[in-house]
Amino acid sequence: MENEIRLLVNNISVVYSDVIQVLKGVSLNVTKGHIVSLLGSNGAGKTSSLKAISGLLKPENGKVTEGSIEYDGAPIQNFSPEEITRKGIIQVLEGRQEFKYLTVEENLRVGTATRWGKPYKEDLELVYHYFPALLVRKKSLAGYCSGGELQMLVIGRALMAHPNLLLLDEPSLGLAPLLVKEIFQIIKRINREQGTTLLVVEQNANMALQIAHYGYVMENGKIVMESNAEDLRENPDVKEFYLGTAASGALKSYKDVKSYKRRKRWL
Amino acid sequence: MDFFMQLLVNGISLGLLYALSALGFVMIFKSSSVLNLAHGELLAIGAFVFLVLSAWADLPIIIAFSLTLIGTFFLGFLVERLFLRPLIGEKLIEVIMMTLGLGIMFKGLLLFIFGGDIHAYPDFLPEGLSFELGNIFIPSVNVATFVIGILFLIVFGFFFKYSSQGIYMRSVADNQPAALSLGVHVRRVFAMSWAIAFIVAAISGIVLGIINGVNVHSLSAVGLKVFPVVILGGLDSIGGAILGGIIIGLLETFTGGYISTSLREIIPYIVLVIILMVKPYGLFGLVEIERV
Repeated sequence: MENEIRLLVNNISVVYSDVIQVLKGVSLNVTKGHIVSLLGSNGAGKTSSLKAISGLLKPENGKVTEGSIEYDGAPIQNFSPEEITRKGIIQVLEGRQEFKYLTVEENLRVGTATRWGKPYKEDLELVYHYFPALLVRKKSLAGYCSGGELQMLVIGRALMAHPNLLLLDEPSLGLAPLLVKEIFQIIKRINREQGTTLLVVEQNANMALQIAHYGYVMENGKIVMESNAEDLRENPDVKEFYLGTAASGALKSYKDVKSYKRRKRWL
Repeated sequence: MDFFMQLLVNGISLGLLYALSALGFVMIFKSSSVLNLAHGELLAIGAFVFLVLSAWADLPIIIAFSLTLIGTFFLGFLVERLFLRPLIGEKLIEVIMMTLGLGIMFKGLLLFIFGGDIHAYPDFLPEGLSFELGNIFIPSVNVATFVIGILFLIVFGFFFKYSSQGIYMRSVADNQPAALSLGVHVRRVFAMSWAIAFIVAAISGIVLGIINGVNVHSLSAVGLKVFPVVILGGLDSIGGAILGGIIIGLLETFTGGYISTSLREIIPYIVLVIILMVKPYGLFGLVEIERV
């Protein structure tokens, strides 16, 4: 039970418009009840990986051409987003895709789409419990909320769907450091208290590795490194290229910092 | 003064009718950005279905009316399924051309079945509905139009504002990728918007049929009037469609009453041209929310 696999991505390739290959054999797995983070720079294929899982590649003319994605042991690759969301996989899109002309509470109610007709009052209370800032704003149009409120809104909206696996795409994007910290604390609480399994894509490697149990590093459409979060935090390459801290912690001499001196070991 | 009041009452009830008819048009536009050029024919279909059920099959009016609404609802689903769903993902212009084709096809079918004559519904509105207000006489047709217009505008208003399905429909209009990511069944929302458009068109078609008689040509011509209404109100605003409808209805009756009856039919389009020149987003079009 403890180490049950929730999601198994097995060597998938993703191609857009039948020609543009963005993922070249990505494999990862997510253990039930864990937070797993997926790190990497821009264009590494993190978002495409999430969309392959949630089925949102389809509207963008993308396809999983090889490999398989298994959720609780059943294949789900290339299923439609309607089917995948009804299995309990909800993706929170990058860049806070709120419904501008709906109020905050109406935004949250859209989260009930996968279980239409069921009561949702308690879920609303749960979301307001995690994000008290939303309660104050519940009657105002989402288009007029601040960036931090919107990030809370889209995470809360996803929670309304009772997700078993929550895919978060860059929750820290464009937020002040203090707010980032707050959001990540809440994510951690949700994981602990609701038992939600999370796969978090992040640029902010430091933050992501603090709350995660396990991490993967992606580059050029491939997984280049994977390990426990603590080991990744201590790894010299990750420190250098993603955490931005020097290996020794002390100030290094100029010649050590010169980028051509040090090469990524995995390339 | 009495003449003025009489025109005011007529104008508002006509306007509510236009508003109801425009509501169906705005729904489709909001959820899928498709301009439905077959809207007038949807009105005609509703009116003729009611004609068949009430006059030919001789059903009681309430039953005929309910059956018409249910029938057109499913017809809307069917039309979306057969003709529009295959075009999802194609260019918008192709979908709009499809609605043009559908309109011509529907009109042809109706002409083929019913001919170009004016048909009439059995006289079912009780005389007791009409009443006199001072010196103004309000005929029962206007009272019925008024009641039906207000009633259904409130019903649909509540549906969009408070019901879950209504909120899902608005979410698709607002941000389709986000709606998809939360599991909103976008194709079902498109189908729903066509089904509801068929229903509201049928309601306004029936009432117009009571007023002017049921005729394919005149009903499908009314469909063209949704354009001044929605452009005046703002293409994507349900509230705007209602106000736009009432304004156009009033303009028509006042022009007809005070200036000339031949100008009456043209005035909405004159307004359309002026509005497009000075305020292309309409009076009540959505203000683009932008964060800076």
